Amino acid sequence: MNPYSINCSRKPVWREFEKSIVQNTLPAGAGFQEAPTLEEINGRDSERQKVLNTESRESKVHDALMLAQISQTQDDRLKDAYQTAYEGRRLSGEQGQILLDSGDLNVLGWLATRAKERFHPRGKVSFLIDRNINYTNICRIGCDFCAFYRRGHEADSYVLPKEEIFKKIEETIELGGTGTLMQGGVNPHLKIEYYEDLFRSIKERYKIHLHALSVIEIEGIAQVSRLTVAETLERLKAAGLDSIPGAGAEILSDEIRLEQSPVKRHSHRWIKVMQEAHRANLPTTATMMFGALEERKHIIEHILRIRDAQDETKGFYAFILWTFQGENTELAKKNPNMQPTSGVEYLRVLAVSRLMMDNIPNIQGSWVTMGPKIGQISLHYGANDMGSIMIEENVVSAAGTSYTLDRKNMIELIRRSGFTPVQRDTYYNILAEYPETPAQ
Amino acid sequence: MESLTCASSHIPPCKLDGAQMLPKVKVSYSAVQSALSKALRGERLSFEDGVNLYHSPDLVELGAVANELNLRINGRDVYFNVNRHINPTNICALSCKFCAFSRKPGEDGAYAYSEEEISHRARVAAESGATEIHMVGGLHPRWKLSNYTNIIRTVKQAAPHVHVKAFTAVELDWLARKERKQVAEVIAELRDAGLGSFPGGGAEIFTPYVRELICDTKLTGDGWLDIHRTAHKMGLRSNCTMLYGHIEDIGARVDHMLRLRALQDETSGFNVFIPLAYQPENNELGINRHTYGVDDLKTVAVARLLMDNFRHIKSYWIMTGDRVAQTALHFGANDLDGTVVEEKIANMAGSQSGMAMAKSKLLRVIRDADRIPVERSTVYEPIRRYDNPAEDALV
Repeated sequence: MNPYSINCSRKPVWREFEKSIVQNTLPAGAGFQEAPTLEEINGRDSERQKVLNTESRESKVHDALMLAQISQTQDDRLKDAYQTAYEGRRLSGEQGQILLDSGDLNVLGWLATRAKERFHPRGKVSFLIDRNINYTNICRIGCDFCAFYRRGHEADSYVLPKEEIFKKIEETIELGGTGTLMQGGVNPHLKIEYYEDLFRSIKERYKIHLHALSVIEIEGIAQVSRLTVAETLERLKAAGLDSIPGAGAEILSDEIRLEQSPVKRHSHRWIKVMQEAHRANLPTTATMMFGALEERKHIIEHILRIRDAQDETKGFYAFILWTFQGENTELAKKNPNMQPTSGVEYLRVLAVSRLMMDNIPNIQGSWVTMGPKIGQISLHYGANDMGSIMIEENVVSAAGTSYTLDRKNMIELIRRSGFTPVQRDTYYNILAEYPETPAQ
Repeated sequence: MESLTCASSHIPPCKLDGAQMLPKVKVSYSAVQSALSKALRGERLSFEDGVNLYHSPDLVELGAVANELNLRINGRDVYFNVNRHINPTNICALSCKFCAFSRKPGEDGAYAYSEEEISHRARVAAESGATEIHMVGGLHPRWKLSNYTNIIRTVKQAAPHVHVKAFTAVELDWLARKERKQVAEVIAELRDAGLGSFPGGGAEIFTPYVRELICDTKLTGDGWLDIHRTAHKMGLRSNCTMLYGHIEDIGARVDHMLRLRALQDETSGFNVFIPLAYQPENNELGINRHTYGVDDLKTVAVARLLMDNFRHIKSYWIMTGDRVAQTALHFGANDLDGTVVEEKIANMAGSQSGMAMAKSKLLRVIRDADRIPVERSTVYEPIRRYDNPAEDALV
């Protein structure tokens, strides 16, 4: 269907023509001149965009302009960082810092796109269809930036019954989903047997990817079940766990973590658990949540720690950036002057992340926290993936952000930004390609 | 059909027939590259160039060139102003399909401010440091020219030092026809009452086959341009806009920009070009989505490249949200509009950006984009350049 279809698709010329018939003023021999409808004209637009989206190209003007800008850079340290990124060599923390502080947004976008194209074919952007299932909201941690947790005594505390989880999975599969992301609070009443039983019964019934739990939940399970983290991971994997989302990393800098969440404060523990998972053959993603009190040096510290960990265990397959969502959180109440992350800041951090993360193939743009507009623009600043069409996202929407996208909108969003949309599974295997917008 | 490069001599009259459809353009990446090089060499771009650039998938490339052109003219200065919108009435004789603001007389939510209400708003604006009052409204069937001159006098009385930028070409045309006067006479009376310049609204899309579908009862594109020509010749400056992201195609947008460029060549009377993103709610057009972020940025960049005789291109935060508007400062825009305070027209149509932005936030948004905030007057004279970030906190 043409995205521009309109409820008044009459042809202008027809209208004049009809009028003259009604008024009987049609001059003898007057012919009707065929004018294209808007749909036809806009069809021409889509055709043109398709030609340019798919044509192989060499951006000579762009390269020349950017290289000139780099060579004219006054600051030697910035110039050196640009040069290192341009040549695809590994950036040091200082170089990352100077790019983040004083790099030009357009140069960063250009460099990040070049870096992205070392991992991915030009012109394709992937997305996932999966569902977040927040199996419980009872949590003994209670982070300041979270609006989702309950202590267990409130009326809206819950643990989802199995049947409900099954129903959600069935709906996911029906909607073309290939995975489920299960996360919840650190519920002190749920031991490993609960998870083993849940995962087994899901895997027995459905062919679906189980991307589940988080570092803090795994530690919680190990603790209440009196197991080591390694044992816990092994048993969960045996029960059907496929991969672990990298949530809860927030900012891996002890200075900042202490302020945000006293219980989650030890950043090395996050990395340690993730590396245990990699050793147990459980791949994971890594995240960064920024825009909450940290300084830029903490962002760089975070990126470096994940990059170092990745050098050792090579189990991170994607890096995901989130921005802090303030509404309804303690952190925002305690810091009323805190500002939401601006568009330019987000794109800078994204581009520098792409440049520094030379050992993680995938970087997601976050339309969920930044909105579809910046989400789409992020594809030009190093992101190769739009993340998931989340069929359910309780945590972020509890903190006041609620953007939704369906499959057709997602495809159109990607296509309109100059890329061919591809649907992927949780491991980033390509499942389908959408050169055209599908009919609703 | 020939290209529209020298737009004024080739613009078809606003009467519909099939022959007026825009020329067909074949796109190629080499054409995109040559358009970009032309722009960097300072050469004037054609209709074909504009269409090619708009379709280019390399967003950052387009942005980098537009940014370069902007930096050559304006450096890192980004303008904003302290202003206040007043919409005196939403009662309107027209029925534009994209409009969620207008009401018929007696309809729920219809309003017309009294002199006191206008005067109060103007006084509050002046007290809060506003240098501009922006006024546009519906075509009230019972209001005469004297109502309009009274409104201006009321504002001027309450806020004598504030610049009044008011009434679109559509309102001027309506008044002239009602009063059976020349537009020039209407403009002269408004000017004598204290009006300082004209806003750029009502332009929508000039290209007839689009205009016919979205606002067939409104002043035509040529009529709009004529009225601005008249105002410019009388020594009054004005702004100009383009409403994009509804049913128009890329060709119509480029055509629209070129028509404005042609008039600017003739009069040099426009301050700024303002692309307005279509807002999808509560209207009859049936297009129910917001514009794409990439489209917002491309529109700013293409405007910077095509409209080589405009010094200022505005990314209006109300329409796209402050995140995209801020990013557009790296895509050729050098102005963010102002504090606004009470925006109704876009908000009623589903804009998600709120009605007001504090001056301190405007400063932060500009600073955060690595640009230097400059407070300006309505006609773009600098009032204060905020060189020192440490002083922002004192605002």
